[in-house]
Amino acid sequence: MITKSIENIGSWTIEMVERTGRIFIFLFTGLVHIFTLPLQIFKIIEHTWFIGTKSMVVIMLTGIFTGMVLGLQGYYTLIKFGSEGMLGSAVALTLIRELGPVLTAIMITARAGSAMAAEIGVMRISEQIDALETMNINPVRFIFSPRIVASVISFPLLTALFDVIGIVGGYITGSLMLGINGGIYIYRVSDSVVMADVTGGFVKSFVFAIVVTTVCCSQGYFTHLQTRGGFGAKGVSFSTTTAVVNSCVLILIFDYVITYLLL
Amino acid sequence: MKSPLIEFIDVKKSFGNNHVMQGVNLSIYEDEITVIIGKSGSGKSVLLKHIIGLMNHDSGKVLFRGEEISSMSRKKRVEFKRNFSYMFQENALFDSMNIYDNIALPLTETSLFSKQEIKKKVEMRMEQLEIQGTSNKYPAQLSGGMKKRVALARALITEPAIVLFDEPTTGLDPVRKNGVHAMIKSYREMFGFTAVIVSHEIPHIFEIAQRVAMIEKGKIIFQGTSEEIMNCDLNDVRIFISGDGDFLE
Repeated sequence: MITKSIENIGSWTIEMVERTGRIFIFLFTGLVHIFTLPLQIFKIIEHTWFIGTKSMVVIMLTGIFTGMVLGLQGYYTLIKFGSEGMLGSAVALTLIRELGPVLTAIMITARAGSAMAAEIGVMRISEQIDALETMNINPVRFIFSPRIVASVISFPLLTALFDVIGIVGGYITGSLMLGINGGIYIYRVSDSVVMADVTGGFVKSFVFAIVVTTVCCSQGYFTHLQTRGGFGAKGVSFSTTTAVVNSCVLILIFDYVITYLLL
Repeated sequence: MKSPLIEFIDVKKSFGNNHVMQGVNLSIYEDEITVIIGKSGSGKSVLLKHIIGLMNHDSGKVLFRGEEISSMSRKKRVEFKRNFSYMFQENALFDSMNIYDNIALPLTETSLFSKQEIKKKVEMRMEQLEIQGTSNKYPAQLSGGMKKRVALARALITEPAIVLFDEPTTGLDPVRKNGVHAMIKSYREMFGFTAVIVSHEIPHIFEIAQRVAMIEKGKIIFQGTSEEIMNCDLNDVRIFISGDGDFLE
């Protein structure tokens, strides 16, 4: 009984070390191959369009409603202290420092991250990745490197879009619906936000881009090595779910770590 | 005596407790069609994947022109792989790419050909394989036979010295199966490559094979010509070729 438990802990530890090692080697290989010639410019543009441009609508929708909710909640909280004029600061700082990068990363994970994991997983089970190897094409370079560049471009830009739309959302509820002076709202936004807030938000979105892309692509790429979720289509489904869940959890963990380091 | 192009010496491979190859000894010769037969799950595809390095063996040696593949330097391995093309059982075409891009992929990704040169080569192969007019279509829009030809075009675009076929006729009707066999034979004559074919199509596949090997219980139990296997006295070979039901028991 005790031997069995120790055995289980041991095999679990070995599995975890192996898996972590695999992901780090995958990330390292992908990063190195970004710079190997010929540069994959067209593929980077194509993936930027998929990850970035096609996520714009969902980011704008989430951004506007997040800003509107913040405006609403903020107004009714601040009015208790007679400080409703500070609404602009509250909305802008909350969005730029925290909610913007985090919610943008989570929304991109849901839309593009899951698609990446599923697409690469299908490529794995239908031997397309093996086919690349037989053609002397490095699969990590072909599949992962352009996606990571596209994510590093898209995440900060979409975060900026989320922040701006969110601030507009806060203006709609705070100023247009609840009657705060529009000029004061805008003044508070520009007065309270300093460059360090914006930089901090972008650092987060940059880190999230690498985390999300690595987790989602590696889950798809190593679909054949996981045994818990079944094989074939079930395996791909398991990898996709795991990719999304792990990405979201890691976004929140990294958010805390980066915030702690930046403050 | 001819020396083998590819040689397996006492190669063993296991997946957990499943011992797929238990000491495989096999010789594949240049400019020949070698066919590997055996029951489903007997390790034919695993054997084929060992040739091109998609899988690594646990022990033994796999030699290419007398040199062990696993001990080749990275640079030499890249050169070695350039000799090969692999046609997968389910074609492994890229669903999200059109037919032209699928065929051109080995050239666009690994070589320094100009766009014009690549276009010329792809169009020539498409014409030879009678798949003109499908350039802008996607694999899902083609029939099984057409997909096979696209996969073959992709396999031949780099003008390889050796082509590995993993059950190239799976899922095809008898007429198309014979068509694929005839296609492999005629294109081998046309392009002059060495072919290794994993197949279940007995006895039709013997018509195009110069050499046949049978794998059974993780070992090669027979190697010889098509005529020799047809007249083989070994019980397992004889029963397998005749398709006797008792073999399953």
